[in-house]
Amino acid sequence: MNEQPVIQTRSLTKYFGAKPVVHDLNLEVPRGSVFAFLGRNGSGKTTTIRMLLGLLEPTRGEGSILGYDIRALPPEARARIGYLTEEHQLYGWMSVKECGGFQSQFYPRWNEKIFRGVIGHFSLKPTARVKDLSRGERAGLCLGLTLAPEPELLILDDPAMGLDPVARRSLVESMIYLTRRSDRTIFFSSHQLADVERVADYIAVLDHSVLRACCPVEAFRSSVKEVRLRFSGAPPALPKIPGLLQAFRAERELRVTCVHYSRATEQVLQALAPLQMEMAPISLEDAFISYLGERGEKSFILSETEVQP
Amino acid sequence: MTINLNINTGSNTPIYKQITDQVRMAVASGRLAVDDQLPSIRALAERLVINPNTVARAYADLAREGLIESRAGRGVFVTRKRKMFTREEGWRRLEPLMDAVIGEAMVLDFTPQELREAIEKKLGQWKPQKGGSRNDE
Repeated sequence: MNEQPVIQTRSLTKYFGAKPVVHDLNLEVPRGSVFAFLGRNGSGKTTTIRMLLGLLEPTRGEGSILGYDIRALPPEARARIGYLTEEHQLYGWMSVKECGGFQSQFYPRWNEKIFRGVIGHFSLKPTARVKDLSRGERAGLCLGLTLAPEPELLILDDPAMGLDPVARRSLVESMIYLTRRSDRTIFFSSHQLADVERVADYIAVLDHSVLRACCPVEAFRSSVKEVRLRFSGAPPALPKIPGLLQAFRAERELRVTCVHYSRATEQVLQALAPLQMEMAPISLEDAFISYLGERGEKSFILSETEVQP
Repeated sequence: MTINLNINTGSNTPIYKQITDQVRMAVASGRLAVDDQLPSIRALAERLVINPNTVARAYADLAREGLIESRAGRGVFVTRKRKMFTREEGWRRLEPLMDAVIGEAMVLDFTPQELREAIEKKLGQWKPQKGGSRNDE
């Protein structure tokens, strides 16, 4: 990719008091991608997003968004970014239609057709009062308000939180609709691996304030492998296995989950002299859970250069 | 004839591979014939609610195998079936799958006889097209 990334950070770090919330973050989001930002609660996702948007001063490190320094974002840069917060802040006394009218005043490029399209997609009545809307309906309204100015970069902070399956599907459909324009970038945080699997090109994984993966979704999945070894009796004691994430012992079976499975890994496993050894495919969700599990080694960062064929 | 593709998230099989597997199966079983049209990348992505790049990747893999082709301005079509692999290569691909099935059957305490019968039964349900569909040339 020779084009400049839409979002780029270098050693971006934030401390709250003595506690590092985001530590040494190096992130690159390519233009035109759908990029999922993953991590457990409290891993630093929202803090990162707030720093990217200039809402929070980094302790150290640098970042740029649409080519602008995040410490000095001019209004014209902000106008090109759509930001959907977790909280869906709205005025309760307004109607859906009034929310649109109000918001449109701030944006010269407001596209009323998109606003109506999104609220229609979420089956919202234009005359309904905000205070009477369900969480899913508020999410739909906020999405409409965020998409109508046709932002070049859309940043969604956990947009699926609290949504029922139908509203979540509408959200994913809206995101896919947006990819019609190939120059639009979506950066979203989520816990919904099923949604991530549907829409994302890339993922980044934040774990205890540290970035541990930043790569295409398939590269992540294919980097994590589960190997099943069968034995005639009880499996032998587990040796030191490079890249070990998890190991389960059963009566005559050993199941080992590793990252960056290599010839070295294979040799160690073969040395256990199993009757049979086979690689089992693993789901994205299982790969993610193993990768962030408490037991495994912690020192891995996946990058695009490590994509396996 | 058209094909009804379905995908599952959370599966051990990546979505692009679910698509290629289903198209291959449809072609092999005759549900998709030569010159049948497949949906466009965009249309299939919106129907399955997945990223268009995922569909593009699946179609690229199928095109590389010679199973489908994109005809300018008209869409994506099933092409003439070709003999893709030599017999040797075919065996090389088949063997690990057979090992997996046999291994699993042994662990689950099936007898060789039971396994043979189960395979026979499955083969009986599988009706290949007349005249061997493996090659046309």
